[in-house]
Amino acid sequence: MPKLPTFDDVKGNVQDNVIWKSIFRPGSIYRKGYRDTSRDRALASMNNVLYHLHPVKVKRHGLKLTYTYCLGGLSFFLFVLLTITGIFLMFFYTPAAGAGSEIAYANMREISASITFGNLVRNLHRWGAHAMVFTVFLHMARVFYHGAYKPPREFNWVVGVILLLLTLLLSFTGYLLPWDQLALWAVTVGTNMMGFTPVFGDQVQFVLLGGVEIGPNTLLRWYVLHVLFIPFITVIFLAVHFWRIRKDGGISGPL
Amino acid sequence: MSDEVQLDQEVYDRLIAEGKSERIARAKAKAASVRKAKIAEGQTLGPKPADEAAKQLSAYRESAGSGGGVATKTAAQAEAGGAAGGRLTPEQRAARVAASLGNGGKQPASIGVPTSGDHTHRLLALVPPAGIQQVQGKQQDKVYTWPHLLLVEFVALLAVGSLLLIVSFFLDAPLGSLANPNDVPAINKAPWYFMGLQELLAYFHPMVAGITMPGVAVVLLMAAPYVDKNPSAKPENRKVANMAFTFFVVFWAVLVIIGSFLRGAGYEWVWPWVDGLGFTL
Repeated sequence: MPKLPTFDDVKGNVQDNVIWKSIFRPGSIYRKGYRDTSRDRALASMNNVLYHLHPVKVKRHGLKLTYTYCLGGLSFFLFVLLTITGIFLMFFYTPAAGAGSEIAYANMREISASITFGNLVRNLHRWGAHAMVFTVFLHMARVFYHGAYKPPREFNWVVGVILLLLTLLLSFTGYLLPWDQLALWAVTVGTNMMGFTPVFGDQVQFVLLGGVEIGPNTLLRWYVLHVLFIPFITVIFLAVHFWRIRKDGGISGPL
Repeated sequence: MSDEVQLDQEVYDRLIAEGKSERIARAKAKAASVRKAKIAEGQTLGPKPADEAAKQLSAYRESAGSGGGVATKTAAQAEAGGAAGGRLTPEQRAARVAASLGNGGKQPASIGVPTSGDHTHRLLALVPPAGIQQVQGKQQDKVYTWPHLLLVEFVALLAVGSLLLIVSFFLDAPLGSLANPNDVPAINKAPWYFMGLQELLAYFHPMVAGITMPGVAVVLLMAAPYVDKNPSAKPENRKVANMAFTFFVVFWAVLVIIGSFLRGAGYEWVWPWVDGLGFTL
């Protein structure tokens, strides 16, 4: 009987070929010959897409969980999670409303009741959105109490405040999409306030609602804002935010 | 020392007879003959005792004069009529610099320009000290991102991801009845993060509560790093800033809590344990 190959044999054969080596650059922990040496640890960052986010080395004090509580990273994680669950929900949702064609609300019922994993993914999206508002706020508070907005990080704080506002807008535009009583009237409270903007109040409200009151046009407009426009702007500001962290010398402190 | 060191023939022959290689035998024979010569001169062999070495050093210093090191002394001796204490006067030093440049104190000769016409560019340039960037990086206590930081981040991600999954498994997101613009619900509230604004709406004109106050809050927040000129990041040095921010946060938190839990039908004040929780996430 021929000897069965061991796990290490299979692993070696999988890793030792042209395709695998073309995907994982030297120093990758998935590449054959990774050793836990200083050189390979440095290469693991340097030759990885993560090098866009993290430098090769970080200040030791920043590793302490009670310094950052990982709040910025978790906000980004939640943003990614909301993107993934959001794309899933988009497969089953049409932003159409109006007498005789209440498709959006019907879709919501289907997602909750009959679509595989639909209810779970919707719950993840809803609770994840609330969690993200909360983590972004806590991240801001953490940064303030550490004085981490001080030079040279002033502008990154401003970008962060913009990201907080974008997070609120993302959450608020998503609030309307179920097209139930809760959504309609919660959004009514918010958009009524926008109507009191000085000078341009009526125009601002008209543009945001796609009419004089909340209706099918509002739903379509907020859907596009929610799934395309605001995420697009958010990603741009996220890129600047992460880039500035590294350019401003990595994590702040130690205190 | 002379290059010609005689071999000690007796030692050489013995080592060859023992089967040592010719090279080793010759080296050992040379060493033996040097040892013999030293003994003949009356020197002691082996490392010198420490007190003897110290005595020799102090004797040497006595002979070299009181001030300056060895190198200064020899330099001063080379100078005719060396300065007292073995140091050069500024004039002497300037004269030596000029002499070494070879043109009697004038500007340094052009350097690095070959006289033949083959070369069209200078090979060397003088860089003034001010032009050299002084990089004085402080050594920081750093660790490798992989594995230290990435493992922490991965665990945090898994923890929050699983917490969210568990919550989503047991707790369903609310879904009311179909939107109806003609049916105003008794309890009409914004999302929780805007409840602070809605609560302000109960006290102020909508333009103040909905536009002016949040606008001022956002501008203040963005201006914080430019207003706060205190360079220290230590909590004990920035009590005013921390208190202002804490006041800001507590102010909004109280408004959100009142709006979310203590307001009921018609936005009247209620107690949640009396009238029920008029709040939906």
